[in-house]
This record gives sequence, structure tokens and C-alpha cells, in this order.
Amino acid sequence: MMKKLALATSAFAMLAATPGLAQDVSVKLGVLNDRSGVYADLSGEGSVIAAQMAVEDFGAEEKGITVEIVSADHQNKPDVASNIARQWYSEEDVDAIFDVPTSSAALAVHEITREMDKIFMNSGAATSDLTGSACSPNTVHWTYDTWALANGTGGAMVEQGGDSWFFITADYAFGHALERDTTAFVEKSGGTVVGSVRHPFPGSDFSSFLLQAQASGAKVVGLANAGGDTINAVKQASEFGITQAGQSLAGLLVFLTDVHSLGLQTAQGLVLTESFYWDLNDQTREWSARFEEQAGDKPTMVQAGVYGSVLHYLKAVEATGTDETAAVMEWMKANPTDDPLFGQGEIREDGRKIHDMYLFRVKAPDQSEGPWDYYELLETIPADQAFRPLADGGCSLVEEAAAQ
Amino acid sequence: MFELLGIPPQALFGQLLLGLINGSFYAMLSLGLAVIFGLLNIINFTHGAQYMMGAFVTWMLLTYFGINYWAALILVPLIVGATGIVIERLMISRLYHLDHLYGLLLTFGLALIIQGLFRNQYGVSGIPYAAPELLQGGHNLGFMYLPNSRLWVIVASLVVCLGTWFMIEKTKLGAYLRAATENPTLVGAFGINVPRMITLTYGFGVGLAALAGVLAAPIYSVNPNMGEQLIIVVFAVVVIGGMGSILGAIITGFGLGLVEGLTRVFYPEGSAVVIFVIMAIVLLVKPAGLFGRTA
Repeated sequence: MMKKLALATSAFAMLAATPGLAQDVSVKLGVLNDRSGVYADLSGEGSVIAAQMAVEDFGAEEKGITVEIVSADHQNKPDVASNIARQWYSEEDVDAIFDVPTSSAALAVHEITREMDKIFMNSGAATSDLTGSACSPNTVHWTYDTWALANGTGGAMVEQGGDSWFFITADYAFGHALERDTTAFVEKSGGTVVGSVRHPFPGSDFSSFLLQAQASGAKVVGLANAGGDTINAVKQASEFGITQAGQSLAGLLVFLTDVHSLGLQTAQGLVLTESFYWDLNDQTREWSARFEEQAGDKPTMVQAGVYGSVLHYLKAVEATGTDETAAVMEWMKANPTDDPLFGQGEIREDGRKIHDMYLFRVKAPDQSEGPWDYYELLETIPADQAFRPLADGGCSLVEEAAAQ
Repeated sequence: MFELLGIPPQALFGQLLLGLINGSFYAMLSLGLAVIFGLLNIINFTHGAQYMMGAFVTWMLLTYFGINYWAALILVPLIVGATGIVIERLMISRLYHLDHLYGLLLTFGLALIIQGLFRNQYGVSGIPYAAPELLQGGHNLGFMYLPNSRLWVIVASLVVCLGTWFMIEKTKLGAYLRAATENPTLVGAFGINVPRMITLTYGFGVGLAALAGVLAAPIYSVNPNMGEQLIIVVFAVVVIGGMGSILGAIITGFGLGLVEGLTRVFYPEGSAVVIFVIMAIVLLVKPAGLFGRTA
């Protein structure tokens, strides 16, 4: 009798967890990013559009999930980001925050999310500390990180003989992390770092720093910055004849919109690492065409990452039938990710989302067949090699799990 | 080889020259501000947006009409200057009898609107503007590689600054302007059309900002935020030089470019604040600015 009852109970529990029977859930998602500054084109309104597309493609309404999306401008300032995140969580019942470029702002939102026990799915920020020394059970880092960039672009440059480096680094959390991770790679491969200079963020004139890089005699000038800063630095490096004089330029974080802004004439030959490009396969092309119709531009990997992360989050809500943090997070980490943009992947216990990364080279103007045809694929870095090994990050969640 | 303060002299010369180039932009922009403040008593916060418009109109002329950089040097200041005249006639002229603060708020608001419109249309990443052939390439000076486009900025800026200074300080027109600043009623009584002179002066100041924008187009990324980043520094330059002082604006513009250039070598992290530190010190020691007259 008791056995029968137990069986019946567990059968009932299984039924309750079946998607078709999920009760109506409503979730509120916040897309927090730069909507007016140097990172507005690579995230901004495009990320909100990507989130809406995810909700529509998922068919949330038909599945009984009511989704509301709110968005705000964090102006790349950690204090502004913190205030908005706190207000969203405590007063507006936001369940999860998405995107958040600018590592310093992302780290701030990361801490508040942990404190309020909500969910943070980062797409825009780069610092690998989000899943390393600062890792949290409440954060998923979706699209890329400084370790993956260093591994891709840094590794490729060293392979080509670039064994001495000079860094031009944006002076905040992101630049520091990118410089640190790339330095580790260069030194591991037997190269040296001859110097670095930290520029105020955001900057517009890089001539002084480029001259210092030139004087250092390093074979590779590594740009550990992003967005408008990288655009100006690359443009001025070409003006000052850095590459003509024999030094190579390594854009450690270059987005599609940066290349678009620079023009192929200036950007050609840059080697860069991304996790998404619109022209990878039929699925990415189809999705990107739909995105472009609404946004006017092709998507960046950050915007694609927002789509992928919202989709996976909604799957978790559907499967668990709740917006409760622990249950949703557990499901997201226990189940593989699968979406048309990043393919199959997983979320590790440290919060790192794992997928392939790609090494691209920017085409010369005569190789490009039309608008937005900018990248030539050099190499696919398989998912298991693209990101920092779980044990090396210094994440306390991993250490706890190992101790048990 | 001997070294100065830990870096080789060649590198130091290079950095000083770069400082001078940045100073050229500061000087041209602060000159326009000083001219406008001197005569109109308006703190023109739209100046950065007008500089940005200068760069964008340069790009538009090339892209939509095939008009090259050299023609843009003349046309753009006229076009953007004309928009300045419209703004002065329609809006700013209504505020002359009010406190400075109202002019500041109006021009600040206008700057935000203009920037927002451009941002909406063109995004923030900016658009490329290729330097004309004559400005491509550069010279190897031994201690550094100097791109022609930067050399041209120094030359153009020096000519414009000295020309403006000469016009205001040494010509009859300049004498009228200065007189009208001191006592508009009296100058009007001599039969000079003071309101028209004021309008044209504002147009001229705006034209200077636009000209700086033309010079910036081949060097920096042409983007809607380019003026916003610069304008705060330029205001500090004007304050250090002394509000409304023409010569003060020019000299401090170049001088602070040099100081900033040196900071980029010795303490790059501080290069964004060094000008404001100097501003604070100058305000404490000499509140009217280095070249300003105390009222």
C-alpha cells in the first residue's frame, strides 16, 4: 500500500513538472546596457530587439508564460547600473537581468544579483572574473570573456611569431582583465610583454599611446579596449604607420559594428575572436536577416548572446513552471543549451556558458561581396578548448563542489 | 644616450609635438567660445555639438555631393555658422537681458538635442572619413613619424588663431567688436548695428567650431559623441585662460595640450584629470584666469 502511494506521489510529481501542465507564470526581464555611449551600437536597442525576438520565437504566450521586458541605460557607470538593478529587483519585481556590457558595471550588477538572489545572464561584458575569482551561483556569463579572447587572438598572434607585446589598455576592470589574461598566454607561449600603457576610458586621442607602443619596439601592439576606443585606436594606428613599420596590431576585442565603422580599408587584416557572426550558417543568416529588418544593422555577438540567453532562461521557466531563482538556475545548468545562433552548448557550474569560438580575419575591400560581408573564418576553436578550464578559474563554487 | 626624466629625449619631443596637436584643437575651440562669451556674454554649451556637426557636414558633403575636403574647409564653417545664426536669431537673442545661467541652460539643451538626433540617425560607432590624398602618408622626423594630417592641423590652427587674434585686436572691425562688448548702447549711438554684429559674431564662433570639426574628420572617428568628450576640457581651457580673453584662450589651449601630452607619458591614468586639477589651482590662485581681467 505504502509502495503504491509512493509511486502515485512520484508520478504526480513528474506530471506536475511536465511542461504541458505548467501553470501560468509571468516573468519580468530587464535588459540593462549602454544606450547612448561608446557601446550603444554593439548592445543598446539591438539587445532589446534580440530579447523580444527570443520571446516571440519561443512562443511564450502560447506556452502560458507572460513575459514583460524592461530596459534601461546604465551609461557604462557601475553606480548607475547598481541603482537600476537594485530598483528593478526590489521595487519592480524583475526576475532576471540580461546583457550589461562594461565589465565594471557588470561586476556591480553581479554582486547585487547575488545579494538579492535573482538571476544575471551577462552577454555584453568581458571580464573572466565573473566566472572566476568573483563567481556567483546567480550569474551566467553567456557570450565570450577575456580568457577566450586572449586564447583566440593572443594565441593566433603568438603562433604567427608575435612574441613581444605592448598593451594599450582601457583603464578599468575590463581592460585590466583582458591585459592580464593575454599576458598569461603570451608568457606561457614563451613570449614577453615589454610594456603597457593605461588610457582613460573613454578616450579619443590615442596618438601618444601609439607613439609609446612604437618606441617600445614590440612586435605586437595589443589593444585591450573596445568599441569607440578601439575604433579610434585602429584608425590612428593606421595614420601613424604602425603596421607599415612592421608592428602588428592585435585588436583583442573587436565587434562587427567596430569594423563597420572603421571601414574595410582601415580594418582589413585585423585578426579577431568572436563567438557569433551573422554569416556562419543558414540559421545565423536567417535570424540575422530578421534582426536586421527591425534593427537596421546586422547583429553583434553581444546581441546574439542576449537572444540565446533569454531563450534558455524561458526554457527553464517552462520546464520548472516557476520563476524561482534556485529552480530555474539549477535547470539551466543541468540541461544543455541549444539555439540557432550558438548551436549546442552547456552552462558550467561556475556560470560559464560553453560553445565554439571563431577566429576571423577582416577582409580586404576587394574580397568583400557586399554590405556587412566583413569576416573570413580562419579557425573554429572547439568549445572544450575555447574557454578557461574549470579548475583554473579560482571559482569558489568549483572548489566547494570538488571538496564534497 | 642621455635620458630626461627616465625617457629618451626623442620620445619626449614626439610627445610634446603630439601635445601641441591636441592643443591646436583646444585652442581653436576655446577661441570660438572666448569670442562668443566676450561679446554675447553667452556660455555656448552647444559648441561641442557644433564641432561634431562640422565633422558630420564634412562627411555629408563628400558622401552625398562629392565635395572634397579642401572645399569643405570653406563651406562647412559657412553652413554650420549659418545654422548658428539661425539659433542666435530665433532663441539666444531672447535671453540677453537674463542671467548667464539661462543662456547656458538653453545652449546645453540644444547640444543634447542635436547630439540625440545625430545619434539616432548614425549610431555611436561613427563613420569613416578618408583623409584626402595630400594628407595621407607622413614624414619621418627622426624622433617620430609625423602624419601629414596632424602637421596640417597645427598649421591650420595657428593660422586661424593668429588671424582671429589679429582681426579682433588690430583691425577697425575688431575695435568695433571690442567697443560693443564694453558699451553696446554707446556704440549703437555711433550708427553701428550692434545686434547684427552680435549675430555675426556668434556665427563666426560657431564657424570656428565647425572648422575644428573639419580638421578632426580625417583623424578621429566621426561620431555624435565626439564633441561631448572634448567640450568639457575646452571649457576648462577657457576658464584657465580667463573667460572672454582671446589671447588667453589661444595660449592656454596650446599650453594645456602640452601639459596633457606630458601627463600621457609620465602618468597616463591621470591624463583625463590633469587639466581639471590645473583649473582648480588657477581658480584658487587667480579666479579671473591666467589672462582674465578682474571686473
